[in-house]
Amino acid sequence: MKPTNPDQLSVPPDGRPYHDQPQWRNDFPIDWPQDELVARRDFTKFLVLTSFAFAAGQFWIVFENWKRRRRGAPPVRKIAALSDLAVGKALTFAYPDPHDDCIVVRTAPDRFVAYSQKCTHLSCAVTPEPERGRLACPCHHGYFDLATGNVLAGPPRRPLPRIRMEIRDGVLYATGVEVRA
Amino acid sequence: MTRRAYSRAQKMPIMFGILSIVLVIVILQLWLLTATMNAFLAGEQTVILPAAVGSLVCVALNCGLLFYLYRMERR
Repeated sequence: MKPTNPDQLSVPPDGRPYHDQPQWRNDFPIDWPQDELVARRDFTKFLVLTSFAFAAGQFWIVFENWKRRRRGAPPVRKIAALSDLAVGKALTFAYPDPHDDCIVVRTAPDRFVAYSQKCTHLSCAVTPEPERGRLACPCHHGYFDLATGNVLAGPPRRPLPRIRMEIRDGVLYATGVEVRA
Repeated sequence: MTRRAYSRAQKMPIMFGILSIVLVIVILQLWLLTATMNAFLAGEQTVILPAAVGSLVCVALNCGLLFYLYRMERR
């Protein structure tokens, strides 16, 4: 039976009158407008949950940043003797933590450049191409300038973090990490 | 003063309006999260806490709107 209260009026999804509807729809009538209302309310609820997840992610960044600040300045660490690294050659090392892979390249007899080896795109290991003056990421063909660490081509958007180096008595030392935008 | 209950025909546009606002706020939060992550990875620290507070305000707004929806349906 069709309800008399307009607020209880339920129109089937195909818009046809009740007597044209299949039997099952008359046997088990669904309040379609209410169904739509509830579906949209539930979708809104899902969006609010997503909103919570984004806020949680935001606070996770705050926490990670707090951990990073708490670590303080990275230590000074011996990397290699100058005689161990020929001009045009590269050496990998871990700095400041054992999982932070870095690479140092001797570009001239008195010039060294060192960067984090993790590509700023998706953290693949970059490999030096000193003859072309660049570092290459083999995963997605990202290229970085060997002299500055800036992006030359490919998907990375940030330059490679630079490792500050010092030469003391013929030995190469890493003294800090410079993360750049 | 008693609050008038909305008819079903009135509830639907209100529902759509609130849904649209919540959707816009969630997209804003997504942008805020990606921008903050980008800044964090670039070593920038000044934006991190204000962005987190902003995101929290967005959650509070969304919760308020959802609460209003449930209240509207109970009437």
